[in-house]
Parts: sequence; C-alpha cells; structure tokens
Amino acid sequence: MRIGHQPKNFLLAVEALTVSFDGFKAVNNLSLYVEENEIRVIIGPNGAGKTTVLDLICGKTKATSGSIQFRGKELTKLKENQIVQAGVGRKFQTPSVFEDLTVFENLEISYPRGRSVFGSLTFQRDKAVKERVEEVAEMIFLKDRLDTYADQLSHGQKQWLEIGMLLIQDPDLLMLDEPVAGMSVNERTKTAELLNRIIKDRSVLVIEHDMKFVEDIAHKVTVLHQGQILSEGSMDHVKTDPKVIEVYLGH
Amino acid sequence: MIINSRFFNRSELIGFLTLALLLFVILPLSLDVFRLNLVAKYLTYAFVAIGLVMCWGYGGILSLGQGVFFGLGGYCMAMYLKLEASSVANTKIQSTPGIPDFMDWNQLTQLPFFWKPFHSLPITLAAIILVPAFFSFVIGAAMFKRRVGGVYFAIITQAIAAILTILIVGQQGYTGGINGITDLRTLHGWDIRTDHAKFILYFVEVILLFACIVAAQFIRLTKLGRILVAMREQEDRVRFSGYSVANFKIFAFCAAAVFAAIGGALFTLEVGFMSPSFVGIVPSIEMVIYTAVGGRLSIFGAVYGTLLVNFAKTALSESFPQLWLFGLGALFIGVVLAFPNGLAGIWQDYIQPRIDRLMAARKNPTFKLPDNSVANGAPAE
Repeated sequence: MRIGHQPKNFLLAVEALTVSFDGFKAVNNLSLYVEENEIRVIIGPNGAGKTTVLDLICGKTKATSGSIQFRGKELTKLKENQIVQAGVGRKFQTPSVFEDLTVFENLEISYPRGRSVFGSLTFQRDKAVKERVEEVAEMIFLKDRLDTYADQLSHGQKQWLEIGMLLIQDPDLLMLDEPVAGMSVNERTKTAELLNRIIKDRSVLVIEHDMKFVEDIAHKVTVLHQGQILSEGSMDHVKTDPKVIEVYLGH
Repeated sequence: MIINSRFFNRSELIGFLTLALLLFVILPLSLDVFRLNLVAKYLTYAFVAIGLVMCWGYGGILSLGQGVFFGLGGYCMAMYLKLEASSVANTKIQSTPGIPDFMDWNQLTQLPFFWKPFHSLPITLAAIILVPAFFSFVIGAAMFKRRVGGVYFAIITQAIAAILTILIVGQQGYTGGINGITDLRTLHGWDIRTDHAKFILYFVEVILLFACIVAAQFIRLTKLGRILVAMREQEDRVRFSGYSVANFKIFAFCAAAVFAAIGGALFTLEVGFMSPSFVGIVPSIEMVIYTAVGGRLSIFGAVYGTLLVNFAKTALSESFPQLWLFGLGALFIGVVLAFPNGLAGIWQDYIQPRIDRLMAARKNPTFKLPDNSVANGAPAE
C-alpha cells in the first residue's frame, strides 16, 4: 500500500511513526524522507528520540504504529537480520566489536556471505574475502593490525573497526550513532575524512552533537525535539530557525 | 597472516596426540578391566562436556539440563537392549511373556507403541541421535526465538531436567520407574557383560570420543565457530551483521545435545543399565562442573576435567561420603573464582610459557624469549 503523492525516488520513507513506552511517546507521529545518496544528520537535545528513531528503522525496537518503507519494503514487518540483508547497516553509539576475535575475523563476520547456519559452516576464506577485508582494513587505518585481537585496540580504533564492519556489508543506507563521540581531536579529523570517503554511493543517516562535524558533512539536517520534528532543512536554515534556537538555548 | 588455517595448531596437535596416547595406550595397558570400565564410564560424561564447551564455552549458552539429552540417548539404547533381553524364551515365567519384566510387574499386557521401533538396531541408532536432536530443537526454538537467554535459559533447562525425571519415575510401567531399565544383556546377540566385550566397548567409545573431538574442532574453526564467540560477546552486533542469532544458538544447543546423547548411549552399554538418576538436576550440574574444571573454552580440557573430577569423586566419596558433595561445590566455586578457564587456562597461562622458554633455551642457549608481559601491557597506540 503506497500513499498517493509519495515520490518514488525516496530510499527511505518513514511515515507517521509512533512508538510509546508505557504511554510515553518517545517518537510521536514522525515522518522523514531520505533520498538516494543523501547525507542526513539528526540533531536534537537529550531525550529527543534520536537513537530511538534509528532503533525503529533497524528493527531493534518495534513501532507502535506507522510505517517505514525502504526501497518499497516495509521494514516494520521484518526481523533485524532481514533488515540488514535488505541493505540497512547500523553503527551503535558505544563501539560494539567482538573483542575475543581479531580485526580480520571481525571484518570477515560482517562479509555478506554465508549468513545462514549451514552457509557459515561451509564458508571458505577465499581470495575475494581476503582482498575485501584488506581493502576495508586499509580504509579504516587498521591494515597492519589485522591479526590484533580487538580488545587491544584503542577506543577510536574500535569505532573505526565497527565502521569497517558496516562498510564490508556495503549497505545502501548507513546509520551512524555519534560516530566521533569520545574521540581525540586527531581521531576526529581522521574519522571525518573516513566518513567523507565512505558516504559516496549510499545514503547516510547520522546522529551527531559535534556541530562543526555536522556542518562539514550534512546535506540536510533534521532537528528532533520530544519525539517530533522541530525543523528540517539546510544547516543554515536550521541554525536560524527561532524554534530551534529556543529549544537549544532554553527559555 | 591467516590464523586457524591449519586444523590443529602445534599445541593443539600435541594435546590431541597426548590424549590419544593416554586413552589408547597408557590406560588400557596399565589398568585392569574393572578400572578400565570405570574410565569408560567417566568418559561417557566427556561427550557431554565437549558439547558444553561448544554450547556454553563458545556460544555462552549455559544449559543446566544436559542430563536430559544424556538420558534420552541412554534410554534409547536401553530400550533396545531391554527388548532384546526380554525375548519370549527369557521371560516365559511372566504373565505376558515377551515384554520387559517391569511392564509385567505393572500389569501391562502389551508393548507400548513407542517401544516397538526399538526392536530394530538401525532405528535405535538413528533414534539415539534424532530424538535428542528433535527435543533440543524444540526447546531451543521455543526459547531462543523468544530471546530467552542467560540465567532464564539455565533455569528452564534445569526445570526440564526435573520434569523429565519426575515423568520417568511416575510412568513406571513404561519406563521402569526409579530403578530404571536394568538387566541388559546383549547387543544384537553380542554379550556386553563379559570382560572381553567391555574391553572392546572401551575402544569403540574412545574412537567415538575422538570423532566428537574432531567434529567439535571442525565446528570451532568454521565461521560458525567464530560467530558463536561473537554472539557470546555482542549478540546485537551479530544480529545487526545480518545473522539470525536464534538459529545459531539452536544449532549449538542441538549439537551439544547430540554429543550428550552419544555419551548416554555409551553409558548404557558400558554400565549395563540406565536410570533417572543420570537425568535429573544433580547429574546435569555435575556435567557443567566437569566442563568448568577442565576449562570451558578447551575441548581437551573438558575431557581431562571430566576424568579428574570423576576420579576424585570415586576416591573421595568412598572415604568421605558425606563430605564429597561439599567438596564438589567448593571445587566449582573455587574454579570459577580463581581459574575461570579451568585446567586448560592454568596450562596455557603458567605451564605452556615455561615449556616454550625451556625449549627455546635448549635450542639456542643464548636466545632469550621476549618477555610477553611487556608486549601485552603496552598501550594499543
């Protein structure tokens, strides 16, 4: 079922999305459209529902009502792993990598092949896998650490590794939750450079607080407040919106 | 560059050969048949322990109900042996000849339908694998698809162990009740009670044990093995890498159940009976202790742990029957607190480095191994 006026070139169309936790509406009647190859940044004060929106799209949280269309597929009806297979990748706020495995093994697990039980039993580490892993490892500055166990990596390196794990999945929509939080200045610059490189040929949905970073990468900014969209548009438009100024600077 | 490219690395190969030497040569040559049969009985639990290494150690799924699958395998085998021992000629004094004695005592006049397939040896052998696989699949699917995990899963498996025990004890006419299925004699016409048979059965068991070790090692080295480890640490990351976590958990749980069932079937053959006292909560927890003592991340460690705890049990429970259970409990707590990776962990952390240093020193007296602690303690960047 498609709603009449919806243009067909949206990659992601979130419509009238609502989720309520015991009556509290963390996301309230939210509609959001992301185009192909668009970089959209979501900002907003704490508790605005930013992470919840990503959770809803990737299936971690089930919506109370509303729809999420991704390339014409209804994501609210799919399981998490099916959503990933449809082409949505998600990076979590805290780095979640497999610390008891090496960098190589971490990336290999994310390689999009042999994802069923028997597929993974018969999975072969062939040339294509090795080349792809090495290629991604180079992009995330970890080429010479492939045999290092992930628990030996620094916080920033773990963040890069997780970004690498998403890259190897080659998703059409990449969702990043505060990718530069907790990073040193040096790491931040490198991450911005990395993100600028990987956002080509795909759409990206980013939550970020670092305004300099947002300005650098965003095509369009969505400001969330109390589970609803407060303002949407270019960074300049959003910055001068009186509603946004009020929320951010207080009454 | 690539780790795990060989089936066994050097230290694993040494471990494999040492265990093979011990079980195939040293023990059979140094023990009499009675003691060897005792070892065989202990080793049946090693099958369970290997399964727990995969399911608990690697996958992080603690099952406190492995006795259920040990028992299912054991009972399948016992039913076949019992039917063979209950031929019309053997049971002509019963009011209904040709059915197992305990059924006759319980006024049953014909064989229940679910006993009938166990007249056939091939069906029995298939059932030993398929019945526990089916049950573990149903339990696993019911739990893991609903995201039940951790302690809740452990408690539920424990409850299932209790339920099965109560069921077996309660349905005396069908199961032999609290006494279990006893007086087993022949396997396809071959008397299993003789010393010679026990000797042969020991070797059959050790061969099967090594087959299970190889199978577990194979699983560990595939991508599935790495996914199990990944799942134990970051379940959500695995899920959002496109895997159905529940299916992998079900697989690990089923594999552990099948290993346990093979052990159970061999137990029946070695010991000559099967009873609910090997199904319930206490034996199930003991099986977890064997794995913990041996090292829950080590397949070989699980075998040694099983042997060691059982030797200790036999030795100590003869002298201090009241104290043994406290000893076992203390052992479990002590191992978990002090040596979370069990015997295998002690070996890897303390003994293996010394051996390596000795070997290196012998090869080249002037060569000094770099001190690992410095390398490991260095900051990542």
